[in-house]
Amino acid sequence: MVDLLAKTACDGLASLNIGTVSLREGRAVPMTTLAPFRGQQVALDAALQAAHGLGFPPIGGSCQREEARALWFGRDLGLLMGVEPEATLAQYAALTDQSQGWAVMQLAGLGAEEVLARLCPVDLRLSAFGVGAALRTEAKHMQASICRLEEDCFQIMVFRSMARTMYHDLKTAMEARAARG
Amino acid sequence: MRIHCPLCGARDRREFSYKGAALVRPLAAAEPEAWHAYVNLRENPAGPLAELWYHEMGCGSWLQVTRDTVNHSVLEVVLARDTALGAGA
Ligand SMILES: [Zn+2]
Repeated sequence: MVDLLAKTACDGLASLNIGTVSLREGRAVPMTTLAPFRGQQVALDAALQAAHGLGFPPIGGSCQREEARALWFGRDLGLLMGVEPEATLAQYAALTDQSQGWAVMQLAGLGAEEVLARLCPVDLRLSAFGVGAALRTEAKHMQASICRLEEDCFQIMVFRSMARTMYHDLKTAMEARAARG
Repeated sequence: MRIHCPLCGARDRREFSYKGAALVRPLAAAEPEAWHAYVNLRENPAGPLAELWYHEMGCGSWLQVTRDTVNHSVLEVVLARDTALGAGA
């Protein structure tokens, strides 16, 4: 059996520090979408609690427990990151492995909100989008998932095939924001 | 124009794609005239019109949006799942 090298979505794209904002790739972790069967969301929530110590994410939010995080990822859809899902979850939801399927980036620092404001048509200020909030929106014509990990740190996800485009658009927005001073 | 998605909140028009009038689908065994009307015939009101929009860049829901075609004001938005649109399917 050949040993294949795993390349992350942003392989070859350098981390950036522009002005007060930084961009780097998120750590490669297991990712699984959880699509609860009709009427099974409460049972799935309990199974998640039992298996991983976190619940099914509320609309527009996320749940976190140590290395594991569950993001709201769309209607009746959650994304479990950071742990392999326990097999028990499959009783209540369709589980689909998404690992390596998404480019995961972290945009951090003072002014990160202003960078995202150039790319996304939603209000991502802290007052409207607090720590742990997670939404789906457009980022420069790409279907993105955005989560505020910390007060000044966002996780941005797009399909893996769009990693380079997202990186370019973020870099351009970071430069534009820095130029404004 | 902004559409208030029941799940995501008020979002810009560019996050959605448009399908057309929201019509109740006929039963599979319905007369050809019923299917002809469903597929081809459209009202063109100057005023409120029920339409289907897809929140493609957001939560992935199909929405029934009632829009005033005169001034683009959005009068009502509900999840298409919660309507009787597919009742004939
Ligand atoms: Zn939505």
